[in-house]
Amino acid sequence: MTLDETVACIGAGHAGVQLAESLRTEGFAGRIVLIDEQEHLPYSRPPLSKEFMTGTEMAPLPLKGASWYAAHDVTLHTGTRATSIDRERRRVHLEDGSALGWNHLVLAQGARARTLDVPGSTLAGIHTLRTLNDAKGLRAPLARSNRVVVVGAGFIGLEFACAARATGLDVTVVDPAGRALARSVSSVTAAALVSRLEAAGTHFSFETSVLAFQGEDHVRRVLTSNGDLDADLVVIGIGVVPRDELAHEAGLEVDGGIVVDSALLTSDPNITAVGDLAVSSSTGARTECVQNAADQARYVAQRIVGKTAEQYAHVPRFWSHLGPNRLQIVGTWTGSDNSELAGNPDGAFSIRHYRGSSLIAVESVNQPREHMQARKALESRLSVA
Amino acid sequence: MPTITYRQPDGSTLSVAVSDGTSVMRAALENDIRGIIGECGGQAMCATCHVYVGSTPELPPIAEEEQEMLECTAAPRDPARSRLGCQLKAGSDFEAIEVEIPARQV
Ligand SMILES: Cc1cc2nc3c(=O)[nH]c(=O)nc-3n(C[C@H](O)[C@H](O)[C@H](O)COP(=O)(O)OP(=O)(O)OC[C@H]3O[C@@H](n4cnc5c(N)ncnc54)[C@H](O)[C@@H]3O)c2cc1C
Ligand code: FES
Repeated sequence: MTLDETVACIGAGHAGVQLAESLRTEGFAGRIVLIDEQEHLPYSRPPLSKEFMTGTEMAPLPLKGASWYAAHDVTLHTGTRATSIDRERRRVHLEDGSALGWNHLVLAQGARARTLDVPGSTLAGIHTLRTLNDAKGLRAPLARSNRVVVVGAGFIGLEFACAARATGLDVTVVDPAGRALARSVSSVTAAALVSRLEAAGTHFSFETSVLAFQGEDHVRRVLTSNGDLDADLVVIGIGVVPRDELAHEAGLEVDGGIVVDSALLTSDPNITAVGDLAVSSSTGARTECVQNAADQARYVAQRIVGKTAEQYAHVPRFWSHLGPNRLQIVGTWTGSDNSELAGNPDGAFSIRHYRGSSLIAVESVNQPREHMQARKALESRLSVA
Repeated sequence: MPTITYRQPDGSTLSVAVSDGTSVMRAALENDIRGIIGECGGQAMCATCHVYVGSTPELPPIAEEEQEMLECTAAPRDPARSRLGCQLKAGSDFEAIEVEIPARQV
């Protein structure tokens, strides 16, 4: 596309805002429009389940200051939901009835928290945690609750459990799987983290499904396959659902997310998808982390201005913060055929994952140096490949 | 109000007044200061908020995780002056500080 055209992006989260910044850095001179249904100035999500929960800081961390958008000539439409995509006429229709034309459209709507549909799931006191409003809505209940049940031992659930435990609440985490973080870390790392959270007083109940919630208006009990639990606050952290409905309605290929090729293009060559909602046609996987959203956006900006014709290739990395336990992961550990533990699983340690003799991923707990070295090693290999 | 002065690699400077508790990283994002990314949101996990501290009163010692992250910054580390901007908080750590922004963060 030529550099004076319009790039519109639905979603002003980590990917959307990075796209706008990178387009300007790469010299794009056309119009950039970011659309987001949330009324807030775009903000960073990771702190929401961590220090924002228990800290004194009331304001979210902005992705960019308010003045940035005007200073870089980026039109930010917040508080406006995109309701449909007209591919023929290259327009996005907005909730307020207006429409916006584009030459290239980027879909960056992220994902929504998956909800649990069991009897009683609409009682008050049952929350999910994805947005700033969700996080704000949890701070007051956290201060007046006693017993918390967290459904789901993934990152959001465990991070929230740590925050709730830090304020002295009685916390139980239930999960139908046999262990924590089953999709994201190796079993050794998961076991080490769980035993530390247990030592700090959090209870775990694995192989446990939630059957129903009970209470008058407000949740009081959680009925599970493994007995009942009292609760006056419940947080559901059972994963996310990609927000691919507009793409689907517009006839784009969708399969557990918006399907993208190696250049992050959807089945329409004028439409790109990035971040949490994009599923790779070659691996069939979505990647849910800030680094992926930001790196994909940087790549797409370069592609749009014509600075790269290569395929998108990056080494994924992720971090999480569970109380004093700082987890950092680089690479993709699934597919490893041998692993090596370095350090002490009770203290600071790393697990290096290999396929054959080549290093493919490293998980580190409280070993940032190991993480950063692994990151350099894996990234340098990518650049020679 | 505490102040933070940011010096860019090209020598230009900008001072901002911030409220107590604001980190050097957060103030940079809020005030559209180029060259500080803050990808991890201030958790000493990404080292994309690396700064070189200039003329300043004594700063608190570097915690171990900050120390280790600083060993792998994109721009060279200056053992005497490198810090993570997210770990320096106005009010408790400094009243006035001048930081230099490195040429690269990733
Ligand atoms: C509480 C929490 C903690 C996390 N912690 C970490 C962490 O420690 N480390 C890490 O790497 N990752 C973490 N993540 C994941 C990370 O935040 C996501 O991977 C990242 O935000 C994905 O970016 P995105 O731009 O794809 O989507 P998002 O940041 O979710 O942005 C999507 C935006 O699109 C908007 N939108 C959706 N549909 C429409 C529509 N129809 N019209 C208008 N706007 C729309 C939404 O309002 C939203 O603002 C965390 C996520 C959460 C929720
Ligand atoms: S913001 Fe990530 S290390 Fe400071």
